[in-house]
Amino acid sequence: MEKFLDKDIEVKVDKPEECEAPNNQETSERFIGLIKYLVVGILFGIVFVKAEIISWFRIQEMFRFQSFFMYGVIGSAIIVGIISIQLIKRLDIKTLKGEKIKIANKEFRKGQILGGFIFGLGWAITGACPGPLFAQIGSGFTVVVVTLLSAILGTWVYGKFSDKLPK
Amino acid sequence: MFDLCNSYEQDKLIMNELIDFIRQPWPWYVAGPLIGLTVPALLILGNKSFGISSSLRHTCAACFPADIPFFKYNWKKEMWNMFFVLGILIGGFIAAMFLSNPEQIRIAESTQADLAALGITDYSSLLPSQIFTWDNLFTGKGLVFFVIGGFMVGFGTRYAGGCTSGHAIMGISNLQWPSLLATIFFMIGGIVSTHFLLPVIFDLFF
Repeated sequence: MEKFLDKDIEVKVDKPEECEAPNNQETSERFIGLIKYLVVGILFGIVFVKAEIISWFRIQEMFRFQSFFMYGVIGSAIIVGIISIQLIKRLDIKTLKGEKIKIANKEFRKGQILGGFIFGLGWAITGACPGPLFAQIGSGFTVVVVTLLSAILGTWVYGKFSDKLPK
Repeated sequence: MFDLCNSYEQDKLIMNELIDFIRQPWPWYVAGPLIGLTVPALLILGNKSFGISSSLRHTCAACFPADIPFFKYNWKKEMWNMFFVLGILIGGFIAAMFLSNPEQIRIAESTQADLAALGITDYSSLLPSQIFTWDNLFTGKGLVFFVIGGFMVGFGTRYAGGCTSGHAIMGISNLQWPSLLATIFFMIGGIVSTHFLLPVIFDLFF
């Protein structure tokens, strides 16, 4: 029983590469159930545009250390995130369906260094991480569709050669 | 009667002020906490861990798996992520259509000076029109800023196992040191790119 409880608290992912933003809900959801994530996404997208986080200029300010803005955004988001997760864990807050909330641990891989560096190079050029790519397209910069397709291609090429890269 | 009219006028005034407030750019201390709240929102709504670059992988798994083991998983279970990113796109549309700031974007003067030296001077939209237009697609600019830049974002995030959302926000919020490490290397890559690659790129194509 104790072992079972332990398992409940921390999900050990067998293959850490399985999925990095996993769905840990036990019951499956139908189309209607998925609409709520669309709504969260819409609110999120509005914040991205209204705070000008999708702006290539803001990313330049950040990487040139000439404005506190993006550091303020990311920093305060992390603080709110830390507090939220601590509250969830300590108060044992459940999901709407009453399930225990599970968050997989991230395990160290060399990719966090090598891949992280490559992503950083691209981030400063495109002025966008994956989230803002979608918001840029929505807000009318339709040519960013090409960037998105290229990012999908990059993901595919990684998948194709993942076992040949340093782990 | 007169009073009623007056309060109507007042309401209109308050409404206009509210709309003005929404239309102006939101400060970091409003945007950051709202983004942070996405973490508990997704967890409580359905035990979902915040992460955006995974949507690129699900697209590959759904559309071109090509028998690659990395793309053989139950992507249908992760459909929520596709709904989420579609929402981000729609949110971008709503904000740009109905809530947009009519003024130019205001950035640090030192950044403006640095970018002017590179040849970027147009601040009429959130992305420099001197780069992000369809006219540039089949030029050197298009190749670097859309094709190569996008490729590095897709390849790099997947190799790193996450992006700014999955690592920098979700991972660090859950006190995961590999996520902090990844975030440090996102920043190092960006700084190197800004100070060493961009000057060369602008020299070649502007």
